[in-house]
Amino acid sequence: MKEKLIPVWWLAQRELKDQFRDWRILFPLVVLTFLFPPLMNLVAGSAVEFAAKYGGELILDRLVPFSILIIGFFPVTVALVVALEAFVGEKERGTIEALLGTPFLDWQLYLGKFFVGVVFPLLASYTSIAIYVYMVKKQDLNLPSPNLMAQLLILAAAHALLMVAGAIAISTQSTSVRAANLLASFIILPVAFLLQAESFFVFWGNDYLLWLVAFSVLIMAILLIRVGLAHFQREYLLGREIDSINLKWIGRTLFDSFIGEVKTPFEWYKVQVGASLQKIKTPLLILSISAVFISVASYQVMSALLPPEFAEKMEFSDEEKEQSLDKLQSAMGLPADETEITFSFIFFHNIQAVLVMFLLGLLSLGILGELAFVVNIGIIGAVFAVLDGMGMPATTLFMAGVLPHGIFEIPAIIFVSAAILYFGAIMVTPNPERTMGVVFVHALSDWLKIGVGIVFPLLFIAALIEAYITPQILAYFVQ
Amino acid sequence: MILTENLGKQFDNFWAVSDVKLDVKPGKILALLGQNGAGKTTTIRMLTGLLRPTQGWARVNGHDVVKEATQVRASVGVLTEQHGLYLRMTAVEYLDFFGKVYGLDIPTRKKRGDYLLEYFGLAEVANQPSGTYSKGMKQKLALARTLIHKPPALLLDEPTSAMDPESARLVRNEIANLRSSKRAIVICTHNLSEAELLADEIAIIYRGKILIKGTLDILKDKVLGPTEYEIKFSIPYNFVNLKIPKDIEILEKDSQKLRFTTENPEENNPKLLKELSVAGASVLTLEKTSRTLENAYLKVMAEAQGKEIQ
Repeated sequence: MKEKLIPVWWLAQRELKDQFRDWRILFPLVVLTFLFPPLMNLVAGSAVEFAAKYGGELILDRLVPFSILIIGFFPVTVALVVALEAFVGEKERGTIEALLGTPFLDWQLYLGKFFVGVVFPLLASYTSIAIYVYMVKKQDLNLPSPNLMAQLLILAAAHALLMVAGAIAISTQSTSVRAANLLASFIILPVAFLLQAESFFVFWGNDYLLWLVAFSVLIMAILLIRVGLAHFQREYLLGREIDSINLKWIGRTLFDSFIGEVKTPFEWYKVQVGASLQKIKTPLLILSISAVFISVASYQVMSALLPPEFAEKMEFSDEEKEQSLDKLQSAMGLPADETEITFSFIFFHNIQAVLVMFLLGLLSLGILGELAFVVNIGIIGAVFAVLDGMGMPATTLFMAGVLPHGIFEIPAIIFVSAAILYFGAIMVTPNPERTMGVVFVHALSDWLKIGVGIVFPLLFIAALIEAYITPQILAYFVQ
Repeated sequence: MILTENLGKQFDNFWAVSDVKLDVKPGKILALLGQNGAGKTTTIRMLTGLLRPTQGWARVNGHDVVKEATQVRASVGVLTEQHGLYLRMTAVEYLDFFGKVYGLDIPTRKKRGDYLLEYFGLAEVANQPSGTYSKGMKQKLALARTLIHKPPALLLDEPTSAMDPESARLVRNEIANLRSSKRAIVICTHNLSEAELLADEIAIIYRGKILIKGTLDILKDKVLGPTEYEIKFSIPYNFVNLKIPKDIEILEKDSQKLRFTTENPEENNPKLLKELSVAGASVLTLEKTSRTLENAYLKVMAEAQGKEIQ
């Protein structure tokens, strides 16, 4: 293995030599590393004074870790510039073919470029953090706990990995540096949102959640690296000369993959939906088993979390119950007036939820989509535990209030999540026969086939039952 | 050494190369001629393992270009259309990097690098960034890169383009030397006189297909017909009493010259000279008429385009 890794270092070494001779890269790196920490220290100092004046100890306590998060992030942004032009820059300068013509393996080329993209901006980021921490210490301010410090350092590394992996994926798919720079907004915007979310968690001060965020970002970065490696093709780097979004091609490929050569809806179900079902059978099995496990686990966790005197505490007045129900409805996005919960409301609400799950999965290679699945299924077990804890007939209520429509709705969620899981898996699987674009369109088509052919009809039936039958059954049991 | 059968590459619905059959043995040079976009670069890229063939197969130095692409790349030297230099690197650093990548140890790559830099006249500027070089110097350094690991097969796309005549001759000499060191070489070029000078075999490619292939003489014979000879007279001659030996076909004659063709020049040319002497003709010169590769190439291309129009 060591022998195979040595060429990665050779390539990285060459790239580094090139970069250290380019003042356009060096200058911002030096400025962001050495000038930004004192500047931040100055701003944070003023903010601390201001907060102390008005008794904002909590903000004060969180200002230093927040500053570290930001200081660590800025030098990492240089990684984006370096990584974005990793391959497309070579293509534009006409050096790519000589490089691709060498005995470097594909993954060695990828990792060589990746290494340079990540390591030095990250070193700069850590240097910057060290300078700032030293300044904070000298001012006798409170430093973050070792736990929080570890989280912040991991987040800085995760940002670098995520941005470089995304930038290299863009670099291999673009035909000009200009196009790559334009596409960089697909990295900058999500990372900006991510940074905002992380800042929120830093200020919230919930250690457990911050670990979860750091871990999720790391997983996403690793998956993105895997996507880059899986779809790195020498041929593709040389193949195209101009960038254009070929909507006609996308439409035709999607249509061909979605409809194929079938003539009737029955044939479409048999051939097309059948083929997609075959593809997702492993994710289906995994998620079906997971659903049982998650609901049981959430039941157990929630039961353990509920205080022993929970049932007595639950003896609310009717007014309190009404208020709690209103709050719950509002939190779930449901209308306050029950008469507005009609069939069409339930159906479109569920369709919207499924599409959001897909969109989240699409942006995160399946991760956020699956997280939504875990939350959805977990809620069932948790509600069951709460009802049990309240001393209510949970099984009866579940059979009467959830099962009639749930028998369609829960499988629909499992199907849609399986399709998202398949989408993520297929995107990180190497396929030398197909380009990333083709793989993407076909995976999208599989999701659509599962959606249109199975999930939407199941949700339609579930909404019908939930609107017209479940209330009758519930009313019968209540009486 | 370089062997292909039915080799083809399709991009979307367009066949850039199809049914290409090549056999370049060690010590031989094949010149691939054709217009821009004819499929020369695509062929070279397939032979380097950079593009996967859509049809057929190719082996370079005994390795399959798809299944053993890494071994193929290790055993070829490729000079691409663009020089491919890292402009912030010096020539020494550049050759050292590629020498390392091709698995040469430090003393070997130092020795080889120094030799190539000396040979191509770059020793004096070896420690300057290659971005400061002239076009020709850049091309020479790119060629040095191609040769750093002494590859058994060479694929050269326009090796002397952008070079001054002196440098171009130097490169041509080096290519000729490489042939004598038993390397299989494929050259893509627009320079027909260069192809004529270097190639053992010539293939003309048009719209991805090889139209004609063979040695220079065979190619000329096939395209331009058998060799023609021309006799020039020092004194105007009227052909009275001249007995023309059989197997000589007269193509053109006047008082100044006689142009003919024969399948057996070794036997028939002396006979004709003797008859002319007997008939009192005063012969100044006898020589082959000029039949350049350019004539043959242009004729082949004109025929191909003509067929297309029909």
